[in-house]
Amino acid sequence: MAGALSVVFEPGFFGSGPVHAALLTGAVVAVVTGAVGVFTVLRSQSFAGHALSDLGTLGGSGAYLLNVAPVFGFVGAGVVVAGAMDLFGEQRKRSRDVSTGIVLGAVLGVSALLLYLDSTSSTTTGVTVTVLFGSVFTLASYTVPAVAVCGAVGLLLLALLYRPLLLSSVNPDLAAARGIPVRLLGLLFMTAMGVTVALASLVVGTILSPALLIGPAAAALRLTRRPLAAMALAGGLGLAATWIGILLAYDSYYWPPRTGTWPVSFFVVALIFLAYLLSGLGERRGQRARLRAGQSECAADPCSVEAV
Amino acid sequence: MTPQSAIEAAEIESAQAEAQQPTPSARPSQPTPPVLALDGVSVRLGGRQILDGVGFSVRAGEFAGLIGSNGAGKTTILRTVMGLRPPDRGSVLIDGAPLARRGRQVGYVPQKVLIEPDAPLRARDLVALGLDGERIGPRLPSRRRREQVEAMLDAVDAGRFADERVGTLSDGEQQRVLIAHALIGRPRLLLMDEPLANLDLRSGQEIVELTSRVAREQGVAVLLSAHDINPLLPVMDKVVYVAEGRAASGPTDQVVRSEVLSTLYRHPVSVLRVDGRVLVVAGSTVTTDAGPVGAGA
Repeated sequence: MAGALSVVFEPGFFGSGPVHAALLTGAVVAVVTGAVGVFTVLRSQSFAGHALSDLGTLGGSGAYLLNVAPVFGFVGAGVVVAGAMDLFGEQRKRSRDVSTGIVLGAVLGVSALLLYLDSTSSTTTGVTVTVLFGSVFTLASYTVPAVAVCGAVGLLLLALLYRPLLLSSVNPDLAAARGIPVRLLGLLFMTAMGVTVALASLVVGTILSPALLIGPAAAALRLTRRPLAAMALAGGLGLAATWIGILLAYDSYYWPPRTGTWPVSFFVVALIFLAYLLSGLGERRGQRARLRAGQSECAADPCSVEAV
Repeated sequence: MTPQSAIEAAEIESAQAEAQQPTPSARPSQPTPPVLALDGVSVRLGGRQILDGVGFSVRAGEFAGLIGSNGAGKTTILRTVMGLRPPDRGSVLIDGAPLARRGRQVGYVPQKVLIEPDAPLRARDLVALGLDGERIGPRLPSRRRREQVEAMLDAVDAGRFADERVGTLSDGEQQRVLIAHALIGRPRLLLMDEPLANLDLRSGQEIVELTSRVAREQGVAVLLSAHDINPLLPVMDKVVYVAEGRAASGPTDQVVRSEVLSTLYRHPVSVLRVDGRVLVVAGSTVTTDAGPVGAGA
């Protein structure tokens, strides 16, 4: 038993400070992205989520240039850009995708410049990889409390706005008819999404953070029909993927080519993808069960035309 | 007769008709103010006059059809009543008072909710949001609320698919859920935006009958917009006919007449009645090239 455990958990896993920080950060990030991700999918704003994460590159690379922890760069850029996209999209709702695209292109160009300056001005060569693909094992000591605070604020905001946000995500007119300030709510959610994507960038990097935002949520939506259950499930799936990913990455130090650990983001994203594939099986079984239940109902009682 | 006076004539006649026959709600008629009263409402949007002096009223338990072709101003009227577009001139009164705080007073049923089939929202979740969707903070489980939702689902005959995702329901089923969502908060007024536009004939008829029945049971005033008047004829207490941003209102047979509608459209139209159905066609069957009927050429 002890032998088996030591195969799964390579020596030093539980004693390592960076591992603790990584597990803690990963947990906060997974729970927040799960909840925000479900709303993102519900509001069909996956593209905006993608854009926010790409733009986090700007904040991350800028932070390195200014010698600040990337968490502040990611979060700062996320909030500012979310506001900008909301502002640009104000005139016409249909133009939201277009305005997102315009902001995206402009800022990504600047990121390219900053990343170039980073790599020429600093002696560390891995800045580009760190920003784009994440490095959850090398977080600065004050990153963990910063992540915890951001995550708590995000979850609190979502808990407070849950019902109005759900209603306005289903249909803005329906919400407006009840006096819900739909535009303000949209801006608040966009900001929450900006912060969330920024946090996810710490774990899996800016390029892969949409995977953490959308993946667990998409898998959860195939498995449940209740909004709260979907959020809990998405958070749980994300948490499992992140923690197992961190463990596998730690273990991979002993795997070929033995020059270091494999990237955490690879494991996390691969696990999320696996969960998404598996959730498809669960969904199909659920559909068959419902179909059978429907048929037996019909056998007991003459069916109405709609039921057939 | 001047154009305006023809419309006013229709309104006066309808007011007289209302005074004579008590509304079908079987209430001790008179002095209570109407649930909805518009007076001289004008709205300009982007330099265009969308509504021009629209006035009509709907009483509790009354079913009013808001009839007009696309672009006539029906949606603007509904948005103005909801408080989403304040009128430039004129007044909108709900229960005799300006619409102060929205939410409980007005229930709204949109034409269609665009919601993905995989969205994690069951029919009963959407109905429950009709009860307290505007509230801040988490919701604690409550047995009373669960029973209320259940009763409302049954009232619109939506119990069968209460646990299905809203996005996977048919248009007619979604309409039922949306009606339940709108009515569960016990509003005074129910607004429905073109509920028949996406439905086949039979589902449309079912929705109209259901709305009329539930509204009467709850004593709610209904304002339902449609471009075809015929599906509403069996249930409608009153018609509000909209054309060119103006409106004429009253009992159907007094408003839907060639003279009144020709004045409203500022163009000769004829109203034909065939098999108890109403056809409104352009041009005049009475005169050939002589000019508009009733508008006084």
